Amino acid sequence: MLSQIVSALAVVVVAVFACSAYFYFSNKILDLALPVKDGDIRAASRNLNRRALVRPWLFVGPALFLLIVYLVYPVVATFILSFYDRAGEQFVGVANYKWALGDREFRQSIFNNILWLAVVPAACTFFGLVIAVMTDRIWWGNIAKSIVFMPMAISFVGASVIWKFIYEYRGGNDVQIGLLNAIVQTFGGTPEVWISVPFWNNFFLMVILIWIQTGFAMVILSAALRGIPEETIEAAVIDGANGWQIFWRIMVPQVWGSIAVVWTTITILVLKVFDIVLTMTNGQWQSMVLANLMFNWLFRGGGDSGRSAVIAIIIMLAVTPIMVWNVRRANRELKGH
Amino acid sequence: MTAVGSYFKIGPARLFVHAAVLLIVIVWLIPTLGIFVSALRDKDQIVVSGWWTSFVGSTQTVAVRLGTADQQQQEGAAYVISGNVLEGQTGRSVKAFGNRVQQPAAFKAGETADLGDGETLQINGDGSYRYMKNAAFSPDERPRRIYASVSAPPEFTMQNYKTVLTGEGIGQSFINSLTVTIPATIIPILIAAFAAYALSWMEFPGRGLLIALVVGLIVVPLQMSLIPLLRLYNEIGTMLGQPSKTYPGIWMAHTAFGMPLAIYLLRAYIAGLPKEIIESARVDGASDFEIFVRIVLPLSFPALASFAIFQFLWVWNDLLVAMVFLGTDKDHLVLTGSLNALLGSRGGNWEILTASAFVTIIVPLLVFFGLQRYLVRGLLAGSVKGG
Repeated sequence: MLSQIVSALAVVVVAVFACSAYFYFSNKILDLALPVKDGDIRAASRNLNRRALVRPWLFVGPALFLLIVYLVYPVVATFILSFYDRAGEQFVGVANYKWALGDREFRQSIFNNILWLAVVPAACTFFGLVIAVMTDRIWWGNIAKSIVFMPMAISFVGASVIWKFIYEYRGGNDVQIGLLNAIVQTFGGTPEVWISVPFWNNFFLMVILIWIQTGFAMVILSAALRGIPEETIEAAVIDGANGWQIFWRIMVPQVWGSIAVVWTTITILVLKVFDIVLTMTNGQWQSMVLANLMFNWLFRGGGDSGRSAVIAIIIMLAVTPIMVWNVRRANRELKGH
Repeated sequence: MTAVGSYFKIGPARLFVHAAVLLIVIVWLIPTLGIFVSALRDKDQIVVSGWWTSFVGSTQTVAVRLGTADQQQQEGAAYVISGNVLEGQTGRSVKAFGNRVQQPAAFKAGETADLGDGETLQINGDGSYRYMKNAAFSPDERPRRIYASVSAPPEFTMQNYKTVLTGEGIGQSFINSLTVTIPATIIPILIAAFAAYALSWMEFPGRGLLIALVVGLIVVPLQMSLIPLLRLYNEIGTMLGQPSKTYPGIWMAHTAFGMPLAIYLLRAYIAGLPKEIIESARVDGASDFEIFVRIVLPLSFPALASFAIFQFLWVWNDLLVAMVFLGTDKDHLVLTGSLNALLGSRGGNWEILTASAFVTIIVPLLVFFGLQRYLVRGLLAGSVKGG
């Protein structure tokens, strides 16, 4: 154990050092290659210009390299692979897409994904907004916020264990040790194996993501709410508006932009959700979603890169509108600078 | 206190808000509390009672055998076997008892139960019993089996942690997770900070396009990258005669996947630094590298910290990237991976699962509560501005 800690530490140091060394030496070499100190002024100013031309690329170089190799190239490569067979060698045209349209499991995944998309972002945003409004009013609001925000730090796998324990079912006359079944029993209901009830199990899985993500929505929306000018609300109070009207007519419209950001972020997250389904059901009992289906096809029976590529492309298509919207928003913001 | 705040201070609405927030806090806390408490319980107790009962102690039904005929003593006309059903157990008490499994709590402690055939049995709260018969107990009879509900005081143990840290590979995975996480947190910060500086303060052709690219890539689903990268890694691995699943491989992957958000967040911050400082440094003859290292880096500490926390949580909690790029063998399995494996293999052993889950979430929770302020700041820098 100790030797592993030492060797782990050593690699960590080497890795971090190597990275720093790149930036240090690449800049050093540039300065040495294009000196500006001695010699005639013309050469110096020419070198200065050249430096200015090269240096930005030394700075963005590693980032650009990683972005292209790990994100841009794969998008293109995946698209091309989606037209090839399972080994990625034989061109098969749109056969994989045809397969997807006809596959029951694929349609089930699309249906479940739509369900997730309809429920989770809405629920997180709603709870986040309500909790933000309420916690801003009380003196112990920050403590409450920390607690609601806390699940953000917990891994999806950890959260799955936590919730699996809540959904735990005991057969026969055994005492229920899962909180949900214990509550159901107390109120006279029949305990169930919740995560294997088709259709409804989707919702039991969604609860986990809502539990994790509401804190995120709350933090963002709480900051937005604080930005509302006091005069607006004072004016509404004087005009006799009640709390409900203030909330819907004044607060919600004012933080609309932030609501959109939160909604979008969680939508993207939902499309990528993988860990929860893998650990809770692994897609059994009709709870499959696209990300897990893709993962399954990537490794199922030696793997089928064509079919999993198609599923990845479908996920990509779903986020494209959000991507375009994001870039537009960023551009507007940059011009406003 | 804002105007909104003072509005809500009026009237009974205030009481409602307190109650509602309290309810929410409880609902949000209970799931995690469940595993924290369970991980500290005895493994036999976890399966017989809900964790929420562990604070008040548990009641278990146990089967015990009474003494044998050779222990009997004559008292007048009756024969008595006496003893204690809680022999050797401290802190426990008998609540009720019974002689049939269908009714294990037919009689209260201290009551005298008529067992038929002239036999009576009395079990007291402290476990002592008197088993009487109006004739001698025959030595041929098997010792009598009775049932008792025994209540035990709250009991907590560290045994489960010992088990998972030494026996279930969690200790090893913990080190693996650290090995993955630390470089995958520091390296992207360095790379992204340089890029963010260039994108904010250096003029070069294609800058606008690069910024748009970064923003666009924030949303690219990870799933897109898996297949091509897996192929690429395999090819490089074969070329170099090395395994394709290595620590440097996963560091690069995490660095790249965190990159768009890192550049985006850091750029927002670095671009907002005062223009005068950077320009006066330039006039004084400082190169961009010097400006970056001596001025921008120290000034950007809050943004760097907030991104570091993000990236740390993200990498520590990741399962997908680790499964694909690092594999699931014992030497490489990260904490989330081994927890997932335990869910499959030890699905019913809640003492193992809860203790393991606690080990996996304790580090991020410590980071989270220690540095929450920075985390929130980072979130807000990226999301609210211009929203």
